[in-house]
Amino acid sequence: MSALTESSVARSAKRVKTTTPAPKVAKESPLSRIGAMTVMLVFTLYFLVPIWWLFIAGTKSSSQFTSTNPLWFADFNLFANIGNLVAYRDGVFLKWMLNSALYAGAGALLATLFAGMAGYALAKYRFPGRELLFNIVLGGVLVPATALALPLFLIFSQVSLTNTFWAVFLPSLVSPFGVYLTRIFASASVPDELIEAARLDGAGEVRTFFTVSVKLMFPALVTVFLFQFVAIWNNFFLPLIMLRDETLFPVTLGLYAWNSQVNQIPELRGYVLIGALLSIIPLIILFLLLQRFWRNGLGAGSVK
Amino acid sequence: MSAPALPAADARSAAPRSPAPKPRKIKVSHPKAIAVFIVPFAVLFTLFYLVPIGYAIYQSLLVVERDGTFGKATEVFGGLTQYIAVFQNGPFWESITRVLAFGVVQVPVMLGLALLFALLLDSPLLRGKRFFRLAFFVPYAVPGVIAAIMWGFLYSPNLSPFTAVTSNISFLSADLVLWAIANVVTWVYVGYNMLIIYSALLAIPTEIYEAARLDGAGQMRIAWSIKIPLIMPAIVLTGIFSIIGTLQLLAEPQVFRTFSSAVTSTFTPNLMVYSTSSIPNVNLAAAFSVVLALATFVLSFSFLKFTQRKEGK
Repeated sequence: MSALTESSVARSAKRVKTTTPAPKVAKESPLSRIGAMTVMLVFTLYFLVPIWWLFIAGTKSSSQFTSTNPLWFADFNLFANIGNLVAYRDGVFLKWMLNSALYAGAGALLATLFAGMAGYALAKYRFPGRELLFNIVLGGVLVPATALALPLFLIFSQVSLTNTFWAVFLPSLVSPFGVYLTRIFASASVPDELIEAARLDGAGEVRTFFTVSVKLMFPALVTVFLFQFVAIWNNFFLPLIMLRDETLFPVTLGLYAWNSQVNQIPELRGYVLIGALLSIIPLIILFLLLQRFWRNGLGAGSVK
Repeated sequence: MSAPALPAADARSAAPRSPAPKPRKIKVSHPKAIAVFIVPFAVLFTLFYLVPIGYAIYQSLLVVERDGTFGKATEVFGGLTQYIAVFQNGPFWESITRVLAFGVVQVPVMLGLALLFALLLDSPLLRGKRFFRLAFFVPYAVPGVIAAIMWGFLYSPNLSPFTAVTSNISFLSADLVLWAIANVVTWVYVGYNMLIIYSALLAIPTEIYEAARLDGAGQMRIAWSIKIPLIMPAIVLTGIFSIIGTLQLLAEPQVFRTFSSAVTSTFTPNLMVYSTSSIPNVNLAAAFSVVLALATFVLSFSFLKFTQRKEGK
């Protein structure tokens, strides 16, 4: 924090636009720059060293895992390790990754569509019960998903749907936060005049939404998609409580199951580590690809 | 986030001012389109949010009765029997106290760090902002379960790359394991909260600072007196989500059970729900769920009210 106090020494403003030309462009004191950079670099280590360690561990054979420097390469066995992992137990790990991709990809896509439509209708149409509906949905934002896992299990067991794909997939199609975010975003970014113009051109309401409004709401929709994707990919309690059949597991539950057997089956340790490494790659890629969108959309919910 | 606060009161206080307080029928245009937009979400929300909540409350009001020790079990209405059991359940309240202690320490530390990083990213003091923003956000891509497995190894007294530390300090002991878990949660979520706060900072028009700079205010002063008050809604939002997350802790402690015997099956309220339901005693587990959801709701709601009142002053 001392880094910031130092900067109060920098008295005059930086890049001031005044009628008289600013006599001197003041810079922040070098001390505060150094302080700020030090803080950030130290925490970069905190955030990245664990992942670096996981990567290094993934490149090592199990004998070298304990005998060589944990933070630097030994013989490069990454691809051999991946090959072994994929071959283990008829490729159950690949199955888990595909399951996760399906639960999260299809689930987040549909959840975004439904939330976007509802948010748009709440923002752009007047109908009785609109505010009530919005307030119920907002209450839903405050109800944590984990609190619903057990009652969902009880209901799904009434209709004999536990231990199925649908038991995990269907509940993840609901995103109250998505409705909240898209409503706010649609109010601000889709002008009524534009909808009116589309009406005059003879386009139907639903068509207008898909051809015109969706484009304007795109940053918010990408944000909702991303949040929902992460939420489903990371979901643990619901699959834990719903699924018994290993072939339906998402990757988090699968690796959890292996990790809890490490004491009985020590060879699993290597598979858990390389599996953990592979399981975080899809999300990192998704973040990088969609960076440009979530950077802008992320603030939409909190600024208003 | 001001919308959920007091919708009823707002409507009432607004009524005398509005010129047409009489209930009038709003003519709904495009009812078909509205139905197409609303119905899919409404049906799913009802089925997978409202019905489960109702069903949990219903289940929590039942008790299991048996004819003799080995008789057939039947569920009968038991009133608040399960809730009395909840309130008399020592381990449940211990678990609540544990996550509250966790939250009182972890949430301020995490949000304090997130705020500090966001302010530094927004200040002219740093180079390589893009890099820092990404590097700090990357842990959010690691699912809680995976992060817990990874840190479990990092804490291990013999497998850790930091055995010099971990062989001397037992992070997995009964005394420290809660804070070891707090570190995992902080590691995952600081970057996420930082980004929410940072995007709120980006939304502030820079002209607002210029006057302050002309008056000679430094970065610290600008951050404290201008930026932080303006981004308060974002901080409150992250606060609420963090409180909810804390009370719902499950994945991380569940994973840590394989690393440390100090994490029991009643370590957090949700672990309690899980272990009670697998006994199986679903009625008591349902009652735990309802009490936990209510506690979460009350806590996040009062936090919201509290911060709003402070802002109002």
